[in-house]
Amino acid sequence: MATLAHGTPEVIAEEVNYLNVEHGWKSWLFTTDHKRIAILYLISITLMFIVGGTFAVMMRINLLSPEGNYFSATTYNRLFSMHGIIMVFFFLVPSIPATLANFLIPIMIGAKDLAFPRVNLLSWYLYVIGAFVTMYCVFVGGVDTGWTFYAPYSSTYSNSYVLPAVAGVFVAGFSSILTGLNFIVTVHKMRAPGMTWGRLPLFVWSNYATALLQVLGTPVLAISLTLIAFERIAHVGIFDPNIGGDPILFQHLFWFYSHPAVYIMILPGMGVISEIVACFSRKRVFGYNFVAFSSMAIAVLSFLVWGHHMFVTGESVYVSVAFSLLSFVVAVPSAIKVFNWTATMYKGSVSFDTPMLYAFGFIGLFTIGGLTGLFLATLAIDVPTHGTYFVVAHFHYVMVGGMVMAFMGGLHFWWPKMTGRLYSQIWSQLSAVIIFIGFNLTFFPQFILGYMGMPRRYHAYPPEFQMLNVMSSAGASILAIGYIIPLIYFLWSLKYGPKAGNNPWRATGLEWQIASPPTTYNFDETPIVTEEAYNYGPLEEAIG
Amino acid sequence: MTAHSPIPKVKTFVAVWATLIVLTGATSAISYVELGDWNVVVALAIAVIKASLVVWVFMGVRYTTTLTRLFVVAGLVWLSIMMLITFSDYRTRNWTYQAQPWSHTKGVGGTSSPSR
Amino acid sequence: MAETVVHVDHQDASVEATHLRHHFASAQQQMDASTLGMWTFLVTEVLFFGGMFAGYAVYRAMYPAAFASTSRFMNIVLGGTNTAVLICSSLTMALAVRAAQLSKRKALIVLLIVTMIFGLVFLYIKWVEWHAHWEEHMVPGFDFQYPVPQFAHTAQILFFLYFMMTGMHALHMIVGVGLLTYLLVQATRRVFNENYFAPVEMIGLYWHFVDIVWIFLFPLLYLIGQQHS
Repeated sequence: MATLAHGTPEVIAEEVNYLNVEHGWKSWLFTTDHKRIAILYLISITLMFIVGGTFAVMMRINLLSPEGNYFSATTYNRLFSMHGIIMVFFFLVPSIPATLANFLIPIMIGAKDLAFPRVNLLSWYLYVIGAFVTMYCVFVGGVDTGWTFYAPYSSTYSNSYVLPAVAGVFVAGFSSILTGLNFIVTVHKMRAPGMTWGRLPLFVWSNYATALLQVLGTPVLAISLTLIAFERIAHVGIFDPNIGGDPILFQHLFWFYSHPAVYIMILPGMGVISEIVACFSRKRVFGYNFVAFSSMAIAVLSFLVWGHHMFVTGESVYVSVAFSLLSFVVAVPSAIKVFNWTATMYKGSVSFDTPMLYAFGFIGLFTIGGLTGLFLATLAIDVPTHGTYFVVAHFHYVMVGGMVMAFMGGLHFWWPKMTGRLYSQIWSQLSAVIIFIGFNLTFFPQFILGYMGMPRRYHAYPPEFQMLNVMSSAGASILAIGYIIPLIYFLWSLKYGPKAGNNPWRATGLEWQIASPPTTYNFDETPIVTEEAYNYGPLEEAIG
Repeated sequence: MTAHSPIPKVKTFVAVWATLIVLTGATSAISYVELGDWNVVVALAIAVIKASLVVWVFMGVRYTTTLTRLFVVAGLVWLSIMMLITFSDYRTRNWTYQAQPWSHTKGVGGTSSPSR
Repeated sequence: MAETVVHVDHQDASVEATHLRHHFASAQQQMDASTLGMWTFLVTEVLFFGGMFAGYAVYRAMYPAAFASTSRFMNIVLGGTNTAVLICSSLTMALAVRAAQLSKRKALIVLLIVTMIFGLVFLYIKWVEWHAHWEEHMVPGFDFQYPVPQFAHTAQILFFLYFMMTGMHALHMIVGVGLLTYLLVQATRRVFNENYFAPVEMIGLYWHFVDIVWIFLFPLLYLIGQQHS
């Protein structure tokens, strides 16, 4: 097991860095430093995660009994809708891009900041405004349409607060677009001399592909939500079947974004895993070109599969077959990545530091989630499993077992860089294991429940499903504990953690060659890059 | 445009402007002629030409980098993906497939071509 | 491709003259980044308007007779005039960018003002059209009464799309006029010259894009179906 190398005394001395260079709330709220904005985002999304997670806990409490009358049916509908909206739009979509990538991409490419620092700040303001509007929606009673806002329920029949919800998501969408725009221009135009595309860390490739998705897909979400809003305000009838409108048109426009959105929600995680696996196998990533191009392939293909969410809506059978085939194809680049990570570990010197534990969890759980996605892409299987807990389990495996684990792994990997502090090894490894156990106990039974026919978004269920539901709820409480523990030791580490040196993990990458925490402008001089990424030599050669 | 890209002459801009005005007149006039389905095609074709002139000359894509051109094309390609695939759902929804029984003894069985 | 290249030497221009921001290595990098950024933003706008165009295409294909009926109520004279107005504004905008690149401050100011006037004329004509529709009870959601009963429902959908698309476009025009105002103020303060004209060029790109949207809106909303009227 690799030990954490502490910094030399000169580094431990209190130097000026981006955290202590200025004090006061104005220096934070009006900052244009990408690192400070990343921290602002980190705090914001953590708060939203707690809100969304609370709703999940409330749902699982309700599902302990078949009658499900701890909360009313109406309340339950609002709980799962708000849980979905908050987790998708206010946690998962911004998670790694707005926090880790925001912090690291300029440093990884050798730049002083993103291309448009003020746009970066605007992006955070929009996120906060969107969050406030959504929280307003929560406080006045919430929305009950599901995070998918299907018409005509959302546009005509729902008695809940649809308008604030779509408004909040609309604003958050623009936050996402601006982040993506910033990353695209930054990666194209701000790379240091010698930093060719072929030398970029795979984390940059993944976030670049994500940025393409954000820019190309989110505007269509914006227009679909605008149409719902107008329908609701003026009853114009665009999705009203009574007067000739087509609710399926909404679904086409909605899923044109929302399918790529799920790749927005996983690609950055894959980028993190590439970095972690390389570092803790002490080996360069196997098949760098394949992994880089697979990110781009996923980005392109993800726009061609959205109809697999609509197989049972009356969508044309011919188009459904095409979507099904393309959904199989889009799984290939993801699988390529999994094979490459595994091959990276082969004959590497693998250690079990906390980031690597999360990476192991990711690889296993994402594989399960991805494979069950293939089941759902199969038309014949989708017909009985659509709208059941099978789907719920599938996407939680990829989103939580995949993305959230990757986010936690990345947070643990780069925490020393971002804060200059080390956290408790024991507690972090323990909570990674707790999360893994809690996660599987929560969501594996849901595959079985869905296969047996339990529908999703139901507050009650037949008594024969109770045991599996109780297991799932028990798992949820363990999972919650697993998420609370890091909150505690991370905050503790800010004050009491030992100081990290520049490179506690002895990883490669430009970010590990500068101070922890970095200075405001990252580099004293523009670096000149001459080596490939992941230039890991034998274990004895420490870097940084 | 880069700092070293050419600055077009006033004549060039005015020539494009004149072409756009003429094309506007043409498309308006043609719209009164009954061409059936071709009306849409002609109108869109003229619109595409006009838009291309604006993009190429007014927006400077003529002198810009390959990367910028790639972004322009990408936007149009993605728009097409959205419209074409959505449209193909609507166009093929009512295609029906009449399954025919397999038969050795009978002659040519029924066809299974999509019918609208 | 062969081209006559006009070399404007920027190497000696100072950081102040080029408004170089600290995170960029050079004025050229800053300009390249701005250009790519604006084009990326325009790509998002293509997809944004594209969603509405997709809805329009779907409903038009579904209800061709209703569509033909509604096209009778589109004022092709006003629509055509507006098209010409926007084309003229694109000319003056392109000339304004050129003036900034050649440090012709007075020409820049005049051209910006003319562009703004064209923009305001467009908005005024739009308002006249919309007001006429309002008077005739053709605004969905506000006492919509369609004179041809068999198409009343689907006409409502089509008219909604008309107002949505032209309304979104008008909103972008208003923003454009606001941006031009900002440019005008900056131009009067002698901010723009051959070393620094990026905002003029970027806002010019935006303005041309809004013109392009109208270039497609005009035939799709006004012209197709005219032959049936």
